[in-house]
Amino acid sequence: MENNKDKKQPEGGQQINRRDIIRGLAALPVLGVFFLGASAKKSSDESLKQRILEELNVEATPPPPSGSMAGDPIRLGIIGFGIRGEQLMRALGFASKEWKEQMKKSALENPKDSRLKDFLSQENLNVRITGVCDVFDVHAEQAIEAGTIDGNKPKRYRHYQEMLESPDIDAVVIATPDHWHAPMAIAAAQAGKHVYVEKCMTHKFDETFELYDVVKNSNIKFQVGHQHRQTQSFLTAQDIIKKNVLGHISLVETNTNRNSDNGAWQYPIHEKASQQTIDWQQFIGNAPQIPFNKEHFFRWRKWWAYGTGLASDLLTHDYDRINCVLNMGIPKTVMASGGIYTHRDGRTVPDVFQVNMEFPEFISGTSQEPGKEKGMTFVYSATLGNQYSRPTLLMGHDATMELGNALFVYPDARSTRYQEMLNKGTIQPGTPMYAYDPAASGVDAVTSATAKYFADKGLLYTYRDGKRVDSTSLHMREWLSTIRHGGTPSCGIEPGFEEAISALMACASYRLGKRIGWDHEKRELVNVSDDELLEIGMMTDKKMAMM
Amino acid sequence: MKAKSIDYSSGQLISLVILRMLIGWHFLYEGVVKLWNPSWSARGYLLDSEGPAAGLFYSMANNPDVMNVVDTLNVWGLVLIGLGLLLGALSRWAAIGGIVLLAFYYLSHPPLVGVEYALPSEGSYLLVNKNLIELFGLAVIVAFPTSKIIGLDRLIAKAMNREVPEEAAAKTESTEREKVSA
Repeated sequence: MENNKDKKQPEGGQQINRRDIIRGLAALPVLGVFFLGASAKKSSDESLKQRILEELNVEATPPPPSGSMAGDPIRLGIIGFGIRGEQLMRALGFASKEWKEQMKKSALENPKDSRLKDFLSQENLNVRITGVCDVFDVHAEQAIEAGTIDGNKPKRYRHYQEMLESPDIDAVVIATPDHWHAPMAIAAAQAGKHVYVEKCMTHKFDETFELYDVVKNSNIKFQVGHQHRQTQSFLTAQDIIKKNVLGHISLVETNTNRNSDNGAWQYPIHEKASQQTIDWQQFIGNAPQIPFNKEHFFRWRKWWAYGTGLASDLLTHDYDRINCVLNMGIPKTVMASGGIYTHRDGRTVPDVFQVNMEFPEFISGTSQEPGKEKGMTFVYSATLGNQYSRPTLLMGHDATMELGNALFVYPDARSTRYQEMLNKGTIQPGTPMYAYDPAASGVDAVTSATAKYFADKGLLYTYRDGKRVDSTSLHMREWLSTIRHGGTPSCGIEPGFEEAISALMACASYRLGKRIGWDHEKRELVNVSDDELLEIGMMTDKKMAMM
Repeated sequence: MKAKSIDYSSGQLISLVILRMLIGWHFLYEGVVKLWNPSWSARGYLLDSEGPAAGLFYSMANNPDVMNVVDTLNVWGLVLIGLGLLLGALSRWAAIGGIVLLAFYYLSHPPLVGVEYALPSEGSYLLVNKNLIELFGLAVIVAFPTSKIIGLDRLIAKAMNREVPEEAAAKTESTEREKVSA
């Protein structure tokens, strides 16, 4: 080496000999092998994906956005500012200072908590809260505080009728206990005010028919609060059904599992609640008269008088989730059972509730010979004493769809349609052959376990153009857009009617201990009399109403 | 900068070069796969973070602008580091870059006692996982450089008129030749 120093070196660098070249470029063949291997793997993976995607032909496209929010602000009245009313106000862009402070603190403690950030980045829906109505003074004041923006302070109405008479209100948002939904929505529609009403749309059978007729004969825009209709995975699921990917669906399983006091409607009772701060008579409305009772006021979901328990609170969501995908309508018969097995605290509604809805004429599509394509059972299974997560499953002859914020389709080992692909090993029964993850911009066939785990953990949200959005806000936006530009909201009176009748049938079946039927031609209940329904408070007592 | 002459035996040299190329191959493929998948983002991985540095990773994941930069840096970092190690080009810097990336991966998902991840891991780990082992594999590559013996760095060094080391076997051979000629 020392000798080298004495040698004259060429200007700009040392002489590079053959040995240097060989050693310097020794890795080139390895790089060549790398790219040959990588591109072979890529094309093999892609042709597999392509074959499956071509076979399924599913389009995971987002819906066209609802129309522009420009123009004069829509003037809204909020009726009911309890837990859900407050959430709806936030979805409209109005949050109380207290909530914002709380979220700020929470975000500091837990960096994963982006609720405040999500709220602040929400689109401006160009609405003004011009009126609030709540029978509890504290809630009414909170609603006024949250709804006040740029000096525009909402007016407090003591009674919803006064609000409906006001020319300053274009539309109302109803988030009261269930027994008030129909009377208020009917009055609002008659007064020409647009309505956004929480689920369950109604509490009694007769008022469901009445609300249907009133809305049908009005020009108002009517939306029931099933915001999951805005979730992208459900829109993709609709296309999957349209393309007959699952074959004949014979069973749908939906579930609720909760295991906390809050989940069992043991909501906090406000310290300022009293006969002086609560208009008790107005709360009672058409419910049976009882003396002032704070627990009934704050935890109304626990009694038949004001709601229908799991049927109205959670079955309605699961029913509509499936109805918006399958359009199966009202079941021919419903049978429900259950009991109060954990929360023996004086409640009348069950905390374990199982519902079987039969759709013997339902056809979703088939790949088999005629005669095997008809009939489906919808099962809703709920407990408030366990929170093991059970997926929503749509079970077809050819494939099973697991439906949540993300969506997975598993081929069935005995499928007729996919037999050839199964035999070739292109798809396997245990592995999703199609996955839709709304957080990703693309679709992925033959997914990895990773995507599935993320969905299960709730790390994925509803997205629009890659931005995380609140589906309730989208649902209200859609309603506001129909008010501005016309059109029909996605959860209007037709699906609302189907949801209410189906949920009320489940409730009546449980309470009367018998199967309840529905005559599609005559649009009336079967195997139950008005007297029976009157007895359990599921029909309006006209004599009481007259008094 | 004077190149240090390290006396590697042939066995040592071959082992070190193969280690460098294997890690390079792994980085390159991880990068290329992400490059080929336009919807890939590290967001989910970062949101799944646990451990003392989790807060930093959540705040990165929750900022779309930061995420764009992170995703781009990560993908191209993996590709360039992979190429650098495989070809032996700027190998020392590639290895240091690789150590930084692996340290982030490790800190985001440290296999601590009592910590569970949504992302399933294919093996069983306690404090030590494959990221940490690969990280120290790169530390070995920094400590025992080979790219000026076998790799593009040899040609780069020569072109820039810098000295290149020879491995022990070759050196012994040439010294003996010199002796003979003397």
